[in-house]
Amino acid sequence: MAELIDDLYRLGDPIQDTKAPEGPIEDKWTAAKFDNKLVNPSNRRKLSVIIVGTGLAGASAAATLGEAGYHVKSFCYQDSPRRAHSIAAQGGINAAKNYNDDGDSVYRLFYDTVKGGDYRSREDNVYRLAEVANNIIDQCVAQGVPFARDYGGLLDNRSFGGVQVARTFYARGQTGQQLLIGAYQAMERQVGAGTVEQFTRHEMLEVIVVDGKARGIIARDMVTGEIETHLADAVVLASGGYGNVFFLSTNAMGCNVTATWRAHRKGAYFGNPCYTQIHPTCIPVSGDHQSKLTLMSESLRNDGRIWVPKNREDADKDPRDIPEEDRDYYLERIYPAFGNLVPRDIASRQAKYMCDDGRGVGPLVGDFRRGVYLDFASALSRMSREAIDEKYGNLFDMYQRITGEDPREVPMRIYPAVHYTMGGLWVDYDLETTIPGLYAVGEANFSDHGANRLGASSLMQCLSDGYFVLPNTIRNYLAQGPFEPVAPDAPEVREAEESVKSRIDTLLSINGERSVDSFHRELGHIMWEYCGMERTEEGLRKAIDLIRSLREEFWRNVRVLGTADTLNQSLEKAGRVADFLELGELMCIDALHRRESCGGHFRAESQTEDGEALRDDEHFLYVAAWEFAGEPSGAPGAPVLHKEDLIYKAIELKQRSYK
Amino acid sequence: MNLTLKIWRQAGPEAPGEMVTYPVSDISEDMSFLEMLDVLNEQLNAKGEEPVAFDSDCREGICGMCSLMINGEAHGPEVTTTCQLHMRSFTDGDTITIEPWRAEAFPLVRDLIVDRSAFDRVIQAGGYVSVNTGAAPEANNLQVRKEKADRAFDTATCIGCGACVAACPNASGMLFLGAKITHLGELPQGQAERDARVVKMLSQHDAEDFGGCQNLGECAAACPKEIPLDVINQLNRDFMKAKR
Repeated sequence: MAELIDDLYRLGDPIQDTKAPEGPIEDKWTAAKFDNKLVNPSNRRKLSVIIVGTGLAGASAAATLGEAGYHVKSFCYQDSPRRAHSIAAQGGINAAKNYNDDGDSVYRLFYDTVKGGDYRSREDNVYRLAEVANNIIDQCVAQGVPFARDYGGLLDNRSFGGVQVARTFYARGQTGQQLLIGAYQAMERQVGAGTVEQFTRHEMLEVIVVDGKARGIIARDMVTGEIETHLADAVVLASGGYGNVFFLSTNAMGCNVTATWRAHRKGAYFGNPCYTQIHPTCIPVSGDHQSKLTLMSESLRNDGRIWVPKNREDADKDPRDIPEEDRDYYLERIYPAFGNLVPRDIASRQAKYMCDDGRGVGPLVGDFRRGVYLDFASALSRMSREAIDEKYGNLFDMYQRITGEDPREVPMRIYPAVHYTMGGLWVDYDLETTIPGLYAVGEANFSDHGANRLGASSLMQCLSDGYFVLPNTIRNYLAQGPFEPVAPDAPEVREAEESVKSRIDTLLSINGERSVDSFHRELGHIMWEYCGMERTEEGLRKAIDLIRSLREEFWRNVRVLGTADTLNQSLEKAGRVADFLELGELMCIDALHRRESCGGHFRAESQTEDGEALRDDEHFLYVAAWEFAGEPSGAPGAPVLHKEDLIYKAIELKQRSYK
Repeated sequence: MNLTLKIWRQAGPEAPGEMVTYPVSDISEDMSFLEMLDVLNEQLNAKGEEPVAFDSDCREGICGMCSLMINGEAHGPEVTTTCQLHMRSFTDGDTITIEPWRAEAFPLVRDLIVDRSAFDRVIQAGGYVSVNTGAAPEANNLQVRKEKADRAFDTATCIGCGACVAACPNASGMLFLGAKITHLGELPQGQAERDARVVKMLSQHDAEDFGGCQNLGECAAACPKEIPLDVINQLNRDFMKAKR
């Protein structure tokens, strides 16, 4: 066995082949679509695919595979597929339509995305993403998605952080909702047509692997508690990100890592788990009772100006009484070229520095003010109130409901919050994980955003994966069928079922002193403190120790009431938190081993003289793909690191600059 | 603030249900209504009593998962979802009654949770534009008048929460249905299937045991997304035209 590094992990074989075709980057996707085998339409209905999750990636994949004639089984934990968390995405979706003739192109979208990700994403995948983005807009418009239009009746665009063109399509501040309803309706059409079977209030708790291939899942019916076996020829995980490991995040309450973590434990590598996006514009925490954080769309940075007082004494003054000369518009000052529209990681870190410097605003939480102003006064003097409301009205109203303040009158207060996870299951060019027949799409995979995601790129990636990429790659796998049927009582199926049942029994029988939420809150605190916006060697080591002892206590002292054979929300949460307690450790190990700063991963030990993220391309120009290694007891052991070297041929590596 | 909660508890669809009274104390006005219920559930868990089951997910007013009749009003006293209702809308010493949505088409699952899958089946019947992936023309080949696009958007903001049904004395789903008919009916993309859509969706609506519409307007008053009542006029017009 390889030696233990840092006392924490071992080094395994590098990943040599991502399965992308050879040739010029702009021809690769065309080549792959041609090279991938086809499945005769009459054979498709004999082939079945399970899709876990019904957000943009899952619903669009289910609709498209259903239209193609495959037999799809779709699962979600919510009471309807339409509720998946993609629905909460506000700002927009990118595409290189260049409708404004402002110099946009597929190559520029590709370039911006790679640069925004701080050169830690895989070139081939990102190019393909930029290439299919235009098709997404066409598809969504045809479905009746009501994108914003100008008075000529054509589609309108706006700008987002990290770019200098207007390429973002939007539907007020509810773009995710409108896109998801489009995908949901397309999927429901297939449910009506009988190609898609829909299982709501079902939670996937295990993946079934037979002869090395993914052949199904074990799911719990969350209403009856029944543990069900679902078999198929391939399994797609579209189960979203794991930001809720921080307890407080902008994710929905139910977002969890269980589907991907269970797959990881069964052999799927986990890519770059430490890459977390902390979004700069969220409503600040108001107290200990808080259950989640609310995002205010990045689009607000188009017209809002971010500032803090120059003088610490002004921190608790009414902002309207602070004269212009006493305000520090720090993003405009430090980054004159991009100003308030710098990428998210930079905007977040600068907000933290301002607050650390004692110039934060808003109420004291503990002995610290966590907030900066996002001010619309100059926009309101330039544009009419109606024009501003047209763009941001629903966001202003939401802010007012939560804080009791009207941003048209008083500057908004914002602070960074966990929003998105760039890491996820490692996938190859085909979006297939290291378990054959198991695919991961959308936020659940690690693939396109490198170490930082640009605004309005998440919706683009989810729909690219679901509508256009996966349906064209999974057919290459399905064409190997028909597959040997798996017996419902095959040993692999029974083993998966038994492990799910015994875990549930254990959780219910501990009957300790502490609630599931109290463990989750404590884990979140550890992660935010030591694996959040700024990470250090010492802090990460401490976090790993704390997480290990918290996990030990969890399995000894958690209290989950009720029974397994009914709707039991504490039990659902307990299973998810148990998996977060394992993931959290891996995130810290990944963050510790990556002794460089890149994008959202900021190691205090690696920064430039003026405090920007300092990459170390010589040592860390790779994807960290982690393999699970369990102790005989089943607990996580030292994980094995497989490196996939990142090779840049179409783009020159540069120190990222937005100045 | 200190409050008295009267909450509907019911272990399952077949089990008997009852209102149970719980006191809660030290509630901050900055809490959302659901965070206040989280506090109650932590207290119940500590005492060894099973927490109150209720639905919620995004907690930012957009997923439509949360519900609750609060003092007899769907989503409570403000025009918003329960998750965006904050405790500053209540005063110290209040008694708050909390019940599930009650409608024939929304059978109870447990405590405050109901089954709203009837809405999915109404959409399955025709709430879409039939366009397979890959079959779409260039997006800007289509011009849509801004007013039409805006009205389509306003009605497309429906979150499918079911407040309209819960508020309606007849438990009618016409506002939900009218919103979808209007969203797709205002757009050129929705025209090809316009007649068939309204007939199929209305027929599914009735098959799900939603009640009829008497134009009482409770639905629009309760809608957290302020879907206007006139979508039901549009639904009726479309239906009559389709039947002609």
